Amino acid sequence: MVRILAFLVGLFFSGWLLVTFGVGLVSYISEPPAATAEHEFHKDPRTLALKSDGPFGKFDRQQLQRGFQVYKEVCSACHSLRLVHFRNFEALGYNEDEVKAIAANWAIPSPAIDPDTGEASTRPSLPADPVPSPYANEVAARAANNNALPPDLSLITKARHGGASYVYSLLTGYQDPPKELAKEFPDAMPGTGLHYNPYFANLNIAMAPPLADGQVTFADGSPSTREQAAKDVAAFLVWTAEPTLEKRHQTGWAVLIFLLIATVLGYMAYRNVWADKKH
Amino acid sequence: MSFPWANHYEPKFALTKWVDERLPLPRLVYNAVGAGYPVPRNLNYFWNFGVLAGVALVIQIVTGIILAMHYAPNALVAFDSTEHIMRDVNWGWLMRYGHANGASFFFIVVYIHIFRGLYFSSYKAPREMIWLLGLVIFLLMMATAFMGYVLPWGQMSFWGAKVITGLFSAIPLIGPSLQEWLLGGFAPDNAALNRFFSLHYLLPFVIAGVVILHIWSLHIPGSSNPTGVEVKTESDTVPFHPYYTAKDGFGLGVFLIFYCAALFFLPNFLGHPDNYIPANPLSTPAHIVPEWYFWPFYAILRAFTFDFLFIPAKLLGVLAMFASILLLFFLPWLDTSPVRSGKYRPLFRKFFWFGLIPCVLVLGYCGGAPAEEPFVMISQIASAYYFAHFLIILPIISAIERPDPLPLSITEAVLGSDAAPEAQPAE
Repeated sequence: MVRILAFLVGLFFSGWLLVTFGVGLVSYISEPPAATAEHEFHKDPRTLALKSDGPFGKFDRQQLQRGFQVYKEVCSACHSLRLVHFRNFEALGYNEDEVKAIAANWAIPSPAIDPDTGEASTRPSLPADPVPSPYANEVAARAANNNALPPDLSLITKARHGGASYVYSLLTGYQDPPKELAKEFPDAMPGTGLHYNPYFANLNIAMAPPLADGQVTFADGSPSTREQAAKDVAAFLVWTAEPTLEKRHQTGWAVLIFLLIATVLGYMAYRNVWADKKH
Repeated sequence: MSFPWANHYEPKFALTKWVDERLPLPRLVYNAVGAGYPVPRNLNYFWNFGVLAGVALVIQIVTGIILAMHYAPNALVAFDSTEHIMRDVNWGWLMRYGHANGASFFFIVVYIHIFRGLYFSSYKAPREMIWLLGLVIFLLMMATAFMGYVLPWGQMSFWGAKVITGLFSAIPLIGPSLQEWLLGGFAPDNAALNRFFSLHYLLPFVIAGVVILHIWSLHIPGSSNPTGVEVKTESDTVPFHPYYTAKDGFGLGVFLIFYCAALFFLPNFLGHPDNYIPANPLSTPAHIVPEWYFWPFYAILRAFTFDFLFIPAKLLGVLAMFASILLLFFLPWLDTSPVRSGKYRPLFRKFFWFGLIPCVLVLGYCGGAPAEEPFVMISQIASAYYFAHFLIILPIISAIERPDPLPLSITEAVLGSDAAPEAQPAE
């Protein structure tokens, strides 16, 4: 009885799936799905190799400081970094006083409550504060950006396929729309206030090209190019997404070496226990 | 409940004797996973995975309890409290990555454990109850994992919760009301997050309880083995301790190496980037996919694209997805071959390695791919095979197959038919 019922259920599901497949195949062959602009023109990110990559990866503090400078001078005008606190910047190699100065001199003050009136006000930031957002809320952010919302950058390298390579490719990927795009997909051409970028998911991004050659001058003599700034800020955003990355790598090796030794001992114990038993 | 030649627990010290007379817990442990449990001597490494699944459950419970000390199950702060754990809690990143990757590795070892059971037909009499309880554990794990994935309240958390609870809305008449009742609202929000957290904390302990029943029912007939031939004499078995505690110790080391390599060096490889974006009910991700361990079932769900008479395609997909798991409960009665091990079943073995395994891998790949052609067509073929394999092919194979000759005993399989049992001189 169970087997008869099972047979019927199996026949129903498998049969209907095969019918569906047949119909789908016919329509797939007679009417192949139309190509989309994203399929044709979207590009995978160009690989950006960083010192923090791989199981031995460590941050390049010099590069993180340059990337921080790019964020401070360029990105922070529109993008928040709300999960990072000023105190975290000590990890970039700044000392306590420098961190205090960075916080106090930040272009955007921290929101506060006036202790006398109870009304919303602002005050200079302290190391304990998160990096203040450039806009009071989402509505203000959209109003200032042609209805586009600049995303928070704290986790951006973890929140996009490709991570740092994506950020780097996007920042350096602005170009004029290819002629074929205008010919094949006129609807996919960038509209008003949009910019063509083949590394962006739908090819047209609201952010204007943020970096240009000569825009950020680095104190350590690194070239003041768009390329350099894009690499450095991508490296910085890897750090903001996971400030504990170095500790993770170091701990990982200690744990793995311990486990390797323990497992070899475990294998020898196993062979020893079983030495007199054929199995 | 055990073989007559099993070792007997004899307390050596006055204290252990005193305890044994009042609460024979050490005796229970001795008989369950100690020297008092005789186990076939020929188990291969696939028999390590039950213990590994138990260890994975313990890892999940320990890391989970610590995470719950720092996590806040409120839609306003859940995402930020998760990041607080990653950034500000001492070793919080280790607990969270350990828990997230621990879930994946729990499923990896459980899937291997299940497929070991399928290949060696461990579900057959007298071990049906072990199999049924194991499937209950599997279902509880799926519910727990799904609800746990919602807790960080990222984009995939939110949209995953919406899609999965939306499955219930496919039920005729009561469906939409049922979904609202499950979520405590029209869409996932604070009410859903709170109850998911509560259940996510509860279910692991339910799993632990069913695990105890699973092991209890295992100890009635004793462990199966790669030949599928039942234990006959003492020379077929060895005591669990020290023989299999030693082997499991080695297996555990290998498991932990893989787990820690993922945890420390590729912690986000098995996750989805979108879950690092805070939940946003107004922005639907381009591709909503569950965690990788649900992909085969997700592919079956999405393989149904046409209505059948009055049954909408969505309901068909939901029914098929649940049926794909529920049919496993009937395996002991669908596979009627008296031979257990796939080693002695030439036809069964072919369908297992060249049918079922590729089918499940293809389904897994298609479930993670976008819902576009050709993936939908491929998953239709693979799903059709999946149902046919268990419900049609397997019963037919067991009726027509001529199994290879079985060894007379486990000892013979290990030592050869003319070997003198256990009589080698020392040195």
